[in-house]
Amino acid sequence: MPEFEELVYREALKAALREELARDERVFLMGEDIADPFGGSYKVTLGLSTEFGTARVRNTPISELAIVGAAVGAALAGMRPIAEIMYIDFMTLAMDQLVNQAASIRYMSGGQVKVPLVIRTQGGAGRSSAAQHAKSLEAWFCHIPGLKVVMPSTAADAKGLLKASIRDDNPVLFIEHKLLTLQTLKEPVPVGEHVVPLGVADVKREGSDVTVVATGRMVQLSLEAADVLAGEGISVEVVDPRTLVPLDAEAILRSVAKTHRAVVVYEAFARHGFGAEIAAMIAEQVFDELDAPVVRVAGANTPIPFAPKLEKMVIPSAESIAAAVRGTLARSL
Amino acid sequence: MTAVPVELLHAMLASMWRIRAFEERSIELFQAGELPGFLHAQIGQEAVCVGTCSALNDDDYLTSTHRGHGDIIAKGGRLDRMFAELYAKETGYCRGKGGSMHIFDFSLGILGANGIVGAGLPIATGAALASQLRGSQQVAVSFFGDGATNEGAFHEALNMASVWKLPAVFVCQNNEYAESTPRRIQQNIQDIAARAVGYDIPGVVVDGMDVLAVYEVVSEAVARARRGDGPTLVEAKTYRYLGHYVGDPGLYRTKEEVEEAMTRDPLTSFERKLTTAGILSEEHCRTIEAGVRLEVEAAVEFGRTSPEPHESIAFEDVYA
Ligand SMILES: Cc1ncc(C[n+]2csc(CCOP(=O)(O)OP(=O)(O)O)c2C)c(N)n1
Ligand SMILES: [Mg+2]
Repeated sequence: MPEFEELVYREALKAALREELARDERVFLMGEDIADPFGGSYKVTLGLSTEFGTARVRNTPISELAIVGAAVGAALAGMRPIAEIMYIDFMTLAMDQLVNQAASIRYMSGGQVKVPLVIRTQGGAGRSSAAQHAKSLEAWFCHIPGLKVVMPSTAADAKGLLKASIRDDNPVLFIEHKLLTLQTLKEPVPVGEHVVPLGVADVKREGSDVTVVATGRMVQLSLEAADVLAGEGISVEVVDPRTLVPLDAEAILRSVAKTHRAVVVYEAFARHGFGAEIAAMIAEQVFDELDAPVVRVAGANTPIPFAPKLEKMVIPSAESIAAAVRGTLARSL
Repeated sequence: MTAVPVELLHAMLASMWRIRAFEERSIELFQAGELPGFLHAQIGQEAVCVGTCSALNDDDYLTSTHRGHGDIIAKGGRLDRMFAELYAKETGYCRGKGGSMHIFDFSLGILGANGIVGAGLPIATGAALASQLRGSQQVAVSFFGDGATNEGAFHEALNMASVWKLPAVFVCQNNEYAESTPRRIQQNIQDIAARAVGYDIPGVVVDGMDVLAVYEVVSEAVARARRGDGPTLVEAKTYRYLGHYVGDPGLYRTKEEVEEAMTRDPLTSFERKLTTAGILSEEHCRTIEAGVRLEVEAAVEFGRTSPEPHESIAFEDVYA
């Protein structure tokens, strides 16, 4: 049995970074304001530049394109860079290097090279950060062959998935949720070597009536909804894919085959998103198992508004998830 | 100073105090938990805002940044609608949908503060292009920080504006820091103005704590732009008194450094100049300050008592 320690999400991320920096000298970190004494906008890297030096934990100019591009170049040249892009919204400035370069180079070169890099970034709403600092853009990246996309929902997963991402030989976009990073809740996290393989979903709660497939912070809200629904006699199974690419289709389909109903919960703009992909997959592969249409609970198709009152309206809540679950139980095919 | 009309000198001082008072009050309100989101205060940089905008017409264009309250105020932005926006109220400039970092006022040519570092420069370039195409004589000014000069957008905008000889003025508010990162580890150059050489446009360094010096330099750049002679890069050397955002303790710089900058306070030094020259009495200065503080208080009250946005506003204006 592994030993556990109580860590908040942010500390779990830092533990993974620290352990991997110590384990492999090819690993290094770069990003805006990640070095001490500031230690990153969300303080994930606080202490690491002091411990490992500013050569390996380095501040960069405000140059997202060059940060991601330099990660690509360093990866091609044998390093294992971890670049931090402060907000996923700023990935827009670095898209060429990630999409046309990092994701394509191995294939385009006929398999001559690997591009082992991680881009850590954070996304999501909930802090009144408005339209340029609060988006959930994972679907864009899931669309691109050659990239992997990871969204941890717990401290233990944050650590285990980050370690796996760093050891992976492909470009990985690792998306933290800003509210999870700021959360003060301590969770048990395995000490030391704890690697959660990419592409393995986790059933966060077992249930028999409805399958809720949720990502990132939405896993927490879905678990809250499941608690409420349990009081109404509704048994919800919450499946967290943990990595969107590669996707553990098997785990999701197995759950749906058991419950016969599915609700997909994600914070991003609803249309053309993760939910559509999961709904299509379920329809294509286990249509006969369904007792009700697959339902999506997601962000509204609007930019993220600043006002707290409006911001709440455009992202899912435990209440809207619970309502969708009740709705799906009220339907039959 | 003698060349500047006395009314303009008065207006400049009032505008600088308006910014200072607005920022001080917004910080208090933020710390009291009345304002959502986060704030970046422009205290210390008032002379750049006011010196620049005093050289502009109402219909000239402006782009601003995450640290832009002062820019907006100097261009004539209404304090009540700004506070209402900071309060996330329906009467705010953006109906509560933008917040501190995203204030727009198209009636004043303000094409937006911006949460994306460097994003304003290409937008100002485009506004300058529109002016050139229409022959409207409007100038577009872009404010940005020292950190922004390391973004590709800075370089692409300057290059494009230079080859097309656009009526643009790029004003860097060099406060020596980008968040926690001092300029010396972000760029090798001593003066950001040196980057103008790469685009064969004038690059001018000016004391950003001296409102009249900024006014003079920008006036010349604006005149050049209106003549059709193309853009200028102005580097105003200034300082950010407070942390990057309200709540940032600023551990990455020394107390001595901050205190030294504060000895060059743009308001104090301008008042000293005005009083020494006999243009304003000390008493008059205090009357101006007291007047804008009342203005600010009324604006706070407007923001505080305004209604929250109606729920339907969340779904409006996604498309025209
Ligand atoms: C494209 C982009 N990258 C990073 C950030 C995060 N960020 C916000 S302000 C800032 C520092 C900006 O420094 P500077 O341009 O000097 O302006 P100052 O804050 O000093 O006014 C950074 C890195 C951002 N908002 N946009
Ligand atoms: Mg700066």
